[in-house]
Amino acid sequence: MKQSPLITLDELDIGQSGLVCSLPHKAELKRRLMALGMIAGTRITAVNKSPCGDPTAYFFRGALIALRRKDAKNITVAVSGIQ
Amino acid sequence: MLDKCVNGKYDILLAGNPNVGKSTVFNALTRSNRHTGNWSGKTVDAAQGSCRFNSCEFILTDIPGTYSQTAVSPDEEVAGKHILYDRGDCIVIVVDGTSLERNLNLVLRISESTNKAVLCVNMMDEARKKKIYIDTDELSLQLGMPVVPVSARSKKGLDELMQAVYDVVTGKRKCFTIKHRYDEDIEKAAQGIEAELNGRDDKRALSLMLLDRQERKSLSEHFGICSTDELKSAFENADALTERYNDISDRINECTVKECERIYKLCVSLGNENYRQNDRKIDKILTSGKTGIPIMLLLFMLIFYITMVGANYPSEWLKSLFDIIEVWLRELFVKYGADSFWTGLIIDGMYGTLASVISVMLPPMAIFFPLFTLLEDLGYLPRVAFNLDGFFCKAGTNGKQALTMMMGFGCNACGVTGCRIIGAERERKLAVLTNNFSPCNGRFPTMIALISTFIVGSVPQPFRSFCGAGILVGVIALSIILSLLVTKLFSVIMTKSNAESFILELPPYRKPQIVKTLVRSLFDKTAKVLARAVIVAIPAGALIWLLANISIGGSSLIESFTSVLEPFAGVIGLDGVILAAFILGFPANEIVFPIALMIYSSSGSMTDYESLSELHNILISNGWTIITAICALIFTVMHFPCSTTCITIYKETKNLKWTILSVIVPTLCGIICCMIVNLLGQIFA
Repeated sequence: MKQSPLITLDELDIGQSGLVCSLPHKAELKRRLMALGMIAGTRITAVNKSPCGDPTAYFFRGALIALRRKDAKNITVAVSGIQ
Repeated sequence: MLDKCVNGKYDILLAGNPNVGKSTVFNALTRSNRHTGNWSGKTVDAAQGSCRFNSCEFILTDIPGTYSQTAVSPDEEVAGKHILYDRGDCIVIVVDGTSLERNLNLVLRISESTNKAVLCVNMMDEARKKKIYIDTDELSLQLGMPVVPVSARSKKGLDELMQAVYDVVTGKRKCFTIKHRYDEDIEKAAQGIEAELNGRDDKRALSLMLLDRQERKSLSEHFGICSTDELKSAFENADALTERYNDISDRINECTVKECERIYKLCVSLGNENYRQNDRKIDKILTSGKTGIPIMLLLFMLIFYITMVGANYPSEWLKSLFDIIEVWLRELFVKYGADSFWTGLIIDGMYGTLASVISVMLPPMAIFFPLFTLLEDLGYLPRVAFNLDGFFCKAGTNGKQALTMMMGFGCNACGVTGCRIIGAERERKLAVLTNNFSPCNGRFPTMIALISTFIVGSVPQPFRSFCGAGILVGVIALSIILSLLVTKLFSVIMTKSNAESFILELPPYRKPQIVKTLVRSLFDKTAKVLARAVIVAIPAGALIWLLANISIGGSSLIESFTSVLEPFAGVIGLDGVILAAFILGFPANEIVFPIALMIYSSSGSMTDYESLSELHNILISNGWTIITAICALIFTVMHFPCSTTCITIYKETKNLKWTILSVIVPTLCGIICCMIVNLLGQIFA
């Protein structure tokens, strides 16, 4: 197994899941995501891309949440190499 | 029950995350009829209702859903203010049993600040179906408050809920808060502030909130100048502490989330880990790249098709019913010797307009609206926003505008109020400005009548309604494109603000209660349209009749009015009459078309029509061409909002300039489009 590489959330492939490493710096966005239960260590899965390619629906803490690419770019995720 | 509470009157607040069914619980308890839907942000204002239990009166307040106590958008501000400062005698925190973990976050934060709370775990029927088992006893122990499983939709567990509320407000049952779930630094900091807040019940919650910069800001706004010395020094202390531990508010949130995780694992077990598979499969079809948008268009076409086909029959029945009544009324008037003025004013003016509003406009509205509500209950609306967000992103605005746009199809005033779900002011204002581009329910019947008589009139029947629905979808697509262009234009002109991030929850699909929804929204809509018809159509009918029958200098007032408008109307492909109808129809869009018919018939060329197909003849004999019909169609979609919407825009924006702009922009777009169509028509004719 390869070492866990750090990628940004928008790079997560559909169906792939990872652990959140860091949240965005923008205070408001961070606050919202935390209220939804996203903290470092939360498991997150990319579920579906919208027909236009953006936003993408992510699954975490039992709910499906759509995020735009520009916001997802500011979230880093650790993925476990090739499964 | 022995202990009666005489004069017992308690205020109860219903709080919780968005889309957990607060309004459904509220409706079930108070027998009210608040609109509900399966998406976050359906409820944007507070409402009150009352119910009786154990001979006490409970005043319930239903508020918009929120993910946290700190507001990001105006609807959450309503919620946050209530949760923090206006809790009443007991707060009922409603959570969704199928996504408990996320919901617990707010529960924990609220439980810190009050010891009068009840947790209502809603949607238990759904949770059971998905094999999600919740240990409510353990949950109650962990949270220190009564926990009641409820299925509000099927009205199960409501008595138990009220019993728990009763026990809490009467002091029979005390809630307790379990402390020490934060790390050492936080506890130390909080205790330091708590010491200065001695004597306050909510000192722990308050001190934790003070440690958060943004919450401190809103608290200081609330306490304002009335703050005591203790409060002031607590604020200063908190200020210093947040300087020292820069990330302390994040750490508080992190600890809360971890605590939620712990409690969730302790209290919930899943019998079927893959209970979301079905939703995923449906999402693959409804929101994927290849099928998402075509299916969306087809769905809307289907709804319009059903509306067009279905509306014909009741329309004709109503028409013949009104004709019978009219004959009877006329006989009555003759019998009692009413003169021609009163006969004309009441029968031709008031009754005629009322009859045509009800027979032509009501059936399509009463069919379209319930179908739309079904989609809403299913959870499809957020998916539409998800599908369309790419376009809204390119237009420089928030994807939630798609949601408010969809609400606009029901009613523009509701759509404008719905814009409260958008946090950033700039984007909210843009959504308000462009909401009128979605043709509301009151405009659909006019569009349907124009399309089915003029544009597809020559197509043979089963295909006619089908083509009509297609054209209607096309017109709506055009209006959406234009609203996006306008949004883009304004977002370029307006100074760029800190654009709000787009976070949209896609709720689980829920099987709508089809019969109940259809019947209820059918009656609801019918009652509303009838009420509006009586309030608006009758006076309007009287006014038009008077205008048509009072003449100065040889021509009636209405003739003078329409002839003044005629030159300009000609330029944009309309005629003076229909333009006059648009202007006189300002109070309500439903009466525009009936007014036009009324003016045509009062000018004497034709007095009555039997069905939609005869509308064609009336209009043709008044010089309408296909170009007139297309221009009228475009102008129906794009003209000034109705009076109710204008008032709502002013209320929501508190900005007269913006209200005026919201009138000018769609009208200007309509005029330009009509001019182009008219010009093209003249070239090709």
